[in-house]
Amino acid sequence: MIQTKTIVQELVKKHGNNRESLIPVLQGIVEKNNYITDEDIIEIANTLDISAGEIYGTTSFYTFLDTEKRGKYVIRVCKSIIAVMKGKAEIIKTIENILNIKVGETTPDNKFSLLEANDIGWSDKEPSMLINEKVYTELTPEKTTEIIESYLRD
Amino acid sequence: MTKMINLKINDIPVTVEEGATILDAAKKANFKVPTLCNHSDLCVAGNCRVCVVEQVGARNLQASCAVPAAEGMEILTSSAKVRRARKNIIELLLSEHRTDCTKCYKNGKCELQDLATEYAVGDNIYIDLVPFNDYSVDLSSPSIMKDDSKCIRCQRCVRTCAEMQQVAAIAVANKGSEQKISTFFDKPMANVVCTNCGQCIIRCPTGALVERNSIDEVFDAIYDPDKHVVVQTAPAVRIALGEDLDFEPGERVTGKLVTSLKLLGFDSVLDTDFTADLTIMEEGTELLTRLKKALVDGDKDVALPMTTSCSPGWIKFIEHKFPQLLSNVSTCKSPQQMFGALAKTYYAQKRNIDPSKIVSVSIMPCTAKKYEANRPEMRDSGYKDVDYVLTTRELARMIKQAGIDFKSLEDNNYDSIMGVSTGAAVIFGATGGVMEAAIRTAYEIVTGKEVPFKNLNITPVRGMEGVKEASVKIEGCVEDWKFLEGVELKVAIAHGLVNANNVLQAVKNGKADYHFIEIMACPGGCLGGGGQPIPTSLEIRNKRTAAIYEEDMNMPFRKSHENPEIKLIYEDFLGEPLGHKSHELLHTHYTEREAY
Repeated sequence: MIQTKTIVQELVKKHGNNRESLIPVLQGIVEKNNYITDEDIIEIANTLDISAGEIYGTTSFYTFLDTEKRGKYVIRVCKSIIAVMKGKAEIIKTIENILNIKVGETTPDNKFSLLEANDIGWSDKEPSMLINEKVYTELTPEKTTEIIESYLRD
Repeated sequence: MTKMINLKINDIPVTVEEGATILDAAKKANFKVPTLCNHSDLCVAGNCRVCVVEQVGARNLQASCAVPAAEGMEILTSSAKVRRARKNIIELLLSEHRTDCTKCYKNGKCELQDLATEYAVGDNIYIDLVPFNDYSVDLSSPSIMKDDSKCIRCQRCVRTCAEMQQVAAIAVANKGSEQKISTFFDKPMANVVCTNCGQCIIRCPTGALVERNSIDEVFDAIYDPDKHVVVQTAPAVRIALGEDLDFEPGERVTGKLVTSLKLLGFDSVLDTDFTADLTIMEEGTELLTRLKKALVDGDKDVALPMTTSCSPGWIKFIEHKFPQLLSNVSTCKSPQQMFGALAKTYYAQKRNIDPSKIVSVSIMPCTAKKYEANRPEMRDSGYKDVDYVLTTRELARMIKQAGIDFKSLEDNNYDSIMGVSTGAAVIFGATGGVMEAAIRTAYEIVTGKEVPFKNLNITPVRGMEGVKEASVKIEGCVEDWKFLEGVELKVAIAHGLVNANNVLQAVKNGKADYHFIEIMACPGGCLGGGGQPIPTSLEIRNKRTAAIYEEDMNMPFRKSHENPEIKLIYEDFLGEPLGHKSHELLHTHYTEREAY
């Protein structure tokens, strides 16, 4: 994990130290560290002169501005009604079995977190999932196993 | 010239200035449109929707507080469509609100309850959603109780904390059905940057934010025959208490306040104004000493400008936000805490009472005073200096509980000792008042003459401007203060923490050349405090201000150093300002705190 102070200062340098920079800075932290810590928020609060409470309000509004500890790869399986009809439960079970974690958990080596997401915009190709920012659609248990194993080798 | 807009409200033609809202226009046409999230001190939110009106020809109803009046609009404020929608909105708000009204501290004083009554909401057609949420009441703060189950998310508190106070200890967290008003990582209120000012409380329409009350504890102390209960009343209580007891804003009720406290059974009814005068002696001397060190001794370590320290909301603010400037804050305790320390020492000795039997109660326009009284350093008498702090609202409730007909009470005077005060003390309750009181005394100490303002009224430091600046040229100094000859004493006054923040930023960046700064956490000063009667508005605060200055003009003494009891306490007990005893009892230190 990159040091809070360094990463925040770098991001502020890139995006500017005005109020509007808040979300790009927060996104930058997620991109680098996968989640935002309370120290990150305090550092941003001091730098951008926004209250830590308000920044927490922002992170709690956006699912992708995660404040809980996450692994290197965050898997988000779509839980829309169409995904459910097309066999999302099977996909979840497959991933849970391979990684030996349940939805909401992170592997002990901090490599994977498994989450569910609201509609990610691929209803015509369910079941679907995101791994960090990459989309995988029309999943089957076999295809899912193959994808996860490719990440395991990484 | 401002452009005028012509429109019709319920068929009645009305003309408003451009920029006015439909709500303003309705008011002008004498129609009341109900509101909840709207507040005259705050920016528009438009989120509660109870103010919806129908615009003839438009498909959707409009939130009248958020939509500007436009030329030719035809507005209906009580059409069938509006009434149906409004009742629905109220019912939806109630479905997310814990409606245990008879058990609620705000029962009878709740804007949502008033609306439910007005619209005769009976059995709600919507499911009660409260049991589905895991609500708990936050009792961590000694000043503020936060109960999310009563919250309707109108965000008046959030806007108050951000816009008026620039603290934003509370903000909107989460979204949709999980949306709530919360703190940094949902920490308890006691563990965040909250200054306890209570401005959120006086703007909360429901019982979601209320003061922690000490009414029962104080009654118990009064009923205890072994206890000697002394009470002190802050300057701003006497000009606002009436509002909760059938008087109009701006009516002074000082004499009735004293009588009611005697009827309630307090053993001695004394005045925080006495220690306000004492504060002037101590703080004035501290300022002059700092100036001497800086100007004569060339001491580079003297922190100037010096700021006042009476407002506990302000103290907690600077402890969190500008800890590097803490040495600029006067070391004087607030008048409440000076009083507390003296009640169990000087007063106890003079009256020959065992200090362990004294219960010291204060009536304050302030919720932050509750926190202040609980600070660990506020025990210099060897006991807790102030045992219980009641807000103006709590006292009004006690008076009602005791069945006292406040309106018909005769006037009475404060008891002695520690009951005599001056006009300089009472104006502590208004923004600029401490500054004015300090100048009245310091100028006279230094020059031997009265301040050169008509009737001692230093008008440049008065009024509702957020930051006021003034300067006084010091001329004709007496021998001891010759080094101040010709010095232009520069002062600033800020009220409301957003303004305090601006002044402090300037000081921090070396862009302010003031000598002395008065800061009050609340808009208008203590008279607009978080413990004062609800509602509040600029109009009400202006009326209270006028009452404070009226009170000042009617006092026999108007300068703190002329208070005979102040002279007496220095002769008999304290020795001299900033002396050994003063340091022990009347001065304090501050604590650096986290920035969140």
